[in-house]
Amino acid sequence: MALIDLSKREVHCKIVYCGPGRCGKTTNLLSVYESMAEKDRGKMLTIDTKGDRTLFFDLLPLNLGTIRGFNIRIQLYTVPGQTMYEATRKLVLKGVDGLVFVADPLKVRRQSNIESLDDLRRHLQDYGLKIEKMPLVIQYNKRDLADTPTPTLTIEELESDLNDTLKVKTFPASAIEGVGVFETLQEISKQTVRYVANKHLLADMK
Amino acid sequence: MRDFILTAGMIEKTRMAIENSLISAGVRTALLIDGAGNILSNCGKDSSDIDTISLAALAAANLGATSQIAKLIGEEDFSLLFHKGKTDNIHFGRIGSELILITIFREDVSLGLVRCRVSELAKTITEIFEDN
Ligand SMILES: Nc1nc2c(ncn2[C@@H]2O[C@H](COP(=O)(O)OP(=O)(O)OP(=O)(O)O)[C@@H](O)[C@H]2O)c(=O)[nH]1
Ligand SMILES: [Mg+2]
Repeated sequence: MALIDLSKREVHCKIVYCGPGRCGKTTNLLSVYESMAEKDRGKMLTIDTKGDRTLFFDLLPLNLGTIRGFNIRIQLYTVPGQTMYEATRKLVLKGVDGLVFVADPLKVRRQSNIESLDDLRRHLQDYGLKIEKMPLVIQYNKRDLADTPTPTLTIEELESDLNDTLKVKTFPASAIEGVGVFETLQEISKQTVRYVANKHLLADMK
Repeated sequence: MRDFILTAGMIEKTRMAIENSLISAGVRTALLIDGAGNILSNCGKDSSDIDTISLAALAAANLGATSQIAKLIGEEDFSLLFHKGKTDNIHFGRIGSELILITIFREDVSLGLVRCRVSELAKTITEIFEDN
């Protein structure tokens, strides 16, 4: 949920990266972290299990400059994608203002993408939120694998699995190479700030 | 969960209430946060040395997790959330259903006093945020 501080003229929003285990959510945040100037980013907090799996969440606070005199502060979170961490995933989604769904193109992960999106929809519903009404973009990650022997899904297949009814903006990406990461962030930030502003600030931000 | 819109008046009233009750009793740092991990108020002497953004995110998640654990074993919630360290202790108190007050204090302040002041403050702070 957003926090609007009228005295400091700051807007704080929470954007959560979702998607199945190993789809590249943490890699997205690391890539954003590396590409942002030091003055615009806070400390990146990660809580890892063994190896690189997210146990609880990652957090990266960013300063995105000012819009109509308001300082825009964004907190990027990732959820743990693995199915067994459902309870913690739900906790991280508490108070979310905007969402990035990161899809994994590996053929073997086809069903996991669909289940993960259903799981997201269900958790949002429990918080009284409708996925169709939320700021949301989908990122088709790991596009670099398309040119390798690894069996991957085409963008068309992913579209029909995940975006057939939602019809949100999508971004091809290769988070590991930093490709498409910034475009994804830029679009979801824009949507999220607009969503929060429409709810509360129209009068104040003019 | 709702969004919070803070005005200068609310921030000032909250700060005064926390200063008069906790900080004057010797508590080093007091942080008022919401369930999403946003910081609403930050008082005390050490607060600039601490990574408060991470602390707020972890505390919100920690309290959320603790509530879920309570439900798993058939409890409504745990009334006391407190960690004791070698020098610093940390206490988490719920303020209404949406806010959390984190206090960090040392041996010179008793846990009983902190609990008592936090529950008094819960009323004051709830009123400040409900008026708006
Ligand atoms: N080839 C390729 N590999 C990627 C890409 N993005 C991430 N990976 C790899 O995928 C693996 C999982 O990435 P993470 O970012 O840890 O995945 P996650 O979504 O955070 O996973 P959980 O924390 O378990 O939910 C790592 O080995 C990454 O290096 C990409 O764009 N291309
Ligand atoms: Mg991760």
